[in-house]
Amino acid sequence: MQAVLDIFDIYLLEAVINGILLGGVLALLALGLNLIFGVIDVTWICYAELVMIGMYAMYFMVQYYGFSYFIAAPLTILLVAILGALLHYLVIAPLLTAPPINQLLATGGVLFVLQSFATVAFGIDFRNLGIRLPVLAFGDMNFSYARLLSFLAALVGMVAVYLFMTRTFTGTAIRAISQDRQIMALMGVDTKRIYLITSAIGGGLAGLAACLLVLQYDVHPFVGLSFGPITFLICVLGGLGNFIGGFIAAFVFAEIISLGGLFSDLEWGYVLAFAFFIVMMFIRPAGLLARRR
Amino acid sequence: MLELRGVNAGYGTFQALFDVDLDVKAGEAVGVIGPNGAGKTTLMRVISGLIRPSRGSIAMEGVDVLATPAHQIVSLGIAHVPENRRLFPQLSVDDNLKMGAFMKEARGRYAERLEVVFDLFPRLKERRHQMAGTMSGGEQQMCAIGRALMSNPKLLLLDEPSAGLAPVVVQQVFELVKRIRASGLTVLIVEQNVQQVLRVVDRAYLIEAGTIRSSGTSAEMLASDTVKEAYLGV
Repeated sequence: MQAVLDIFDIYLLEAVINGILLGGVLALLALGLNLIFGVIDVTWICYAELVMIGMYAMYFMVQYYGFSYFIAAPLTILLVAILGALLHYLVIAPLLTAPPINQLLATGGVLFVLQSFATVAFGIDFRNLGIRLPVLAFGDMNFSYARLLSFLAALVGMVAVYLFMTRTFTGTAIRAISQDRQIMALMGVDTKRIYLITSAIGGGLAGLAACLLVLQYDVHPFVGLSFGPITFLICVLGGLGNFIGGFIAAFVFAEIISLGGLFSDLEWGYVLAFAFFIVMMFIRPAGLLARRR
Repeated sequence: MLELRGVNAGYGTFQALFDVDLDVKAGEAVGVIGPNGAGKTTLMRVISGLIRPSRGSIAMEGVDVLATPAHQIVSLGIAHVPENRRLFPQLSVDDNLKMGAFMKEARGRYAERLEVVFDLFPRLKERRHQMAGTMSGGEQQMCAIGRALMSNPKLLLLDEPSAGLAPVVVQQVFELVKRIRASGLTVLIVEQNVQQVLRVVDRAYLIEAGTIRSSGTSAEMLASDTVKEAYLGV
């Protein structure tokens, strides 16, 4: 085994694998945002802030109330799913026919409300779960157990959404609605209900992401800023609303960050990823998988 | 079965229908003919709830259609095949048909209805995994009718089923309508293809500028001078 591994530059291989692990979580984040955009045609600017609220929920349930991680996680997913549905019901639904800029401003407003709420309610301290997961050594490479777990859970979450979208009547309606809104009533579909369900699923995905991110990162009121922008870039790079494009773009981005980080600092990985994004916007402005005209 | 009384409807300030009275009895096939822009499509949309009339009443087997939310009208037994088919182009044929069986009552009988539709349109079974938008116009029309039949309707509304199809395919579509009729389904069909449609239906209404001008059996309509001059070109 060691002989096989020696062929590769061990650090390079480690970075590639870490990139894949990071890509899984980024793909999960992108899926939630893409789902909302693709189906309801609005952009939740405050998407990452829903994740932040979820991370706080995990922190309080585990640290304060002593829940086990595996009980707190489904509760958090449920809580953020309800938040997503509420966001739709209270903010998006009244603005559904409004100009897109108004919808952006409204969800942007929710972003600041959630950030300020977290600041006032929880303070600006960095908090963590206090769960230290072991590091997995494989050959000369080290992998964080938390990352591995997150990757697998993200994958399970995405497969679950895929099965729901392709196997169930409601899932099929969610895919159909973006192709022809007007005739959904002829199918006996209540579009309002489908939008609410879609928003709850989008929120649930943010909740799942929160459960996974809280294993690796401290939570504070502005934690959304560290992965909100990158989630948007991934969605745009993949083509907004394009699930498969978003999935691929997430791994492309993760590899750039991870490999870029290998050759210098991790921060340079992000710079490279953003530079790549700008270049791609000139080459393929409609996204990676857009058809050439 | 279906009863329209004094229906007025339009879009914004534009009025498309004026005091329309129309009846469809169980087991009948009824045609609505008339020129472009006469209000034929509006009539269909009003019945299936896509737009609501400003005045008048619509009853389906005695149930007030106007008091029923649009997405529940299909549960009353009204299935609408819209103008230009309006399939979900990026869903497979299977998924399009699945959407036709969305409502609770139809889900339980999904497999059974699928068999009925595939029996009627063997072509759809061959293409079941193909994206609906990539099929030919005739196949898409089959899929649109099949989707409507998935809900196990009592009344089928067909809006211009022959539009945009090659003449040979138009023939096939009208053959299909005959077969659907033979299965006992009540049909209300809107068409510009007057000669063809009058061979399929029992009765027809002539609509012009949003008003019912005349009505009668197919034979009467074929013999009527107004229809002859304006639509049959004799």
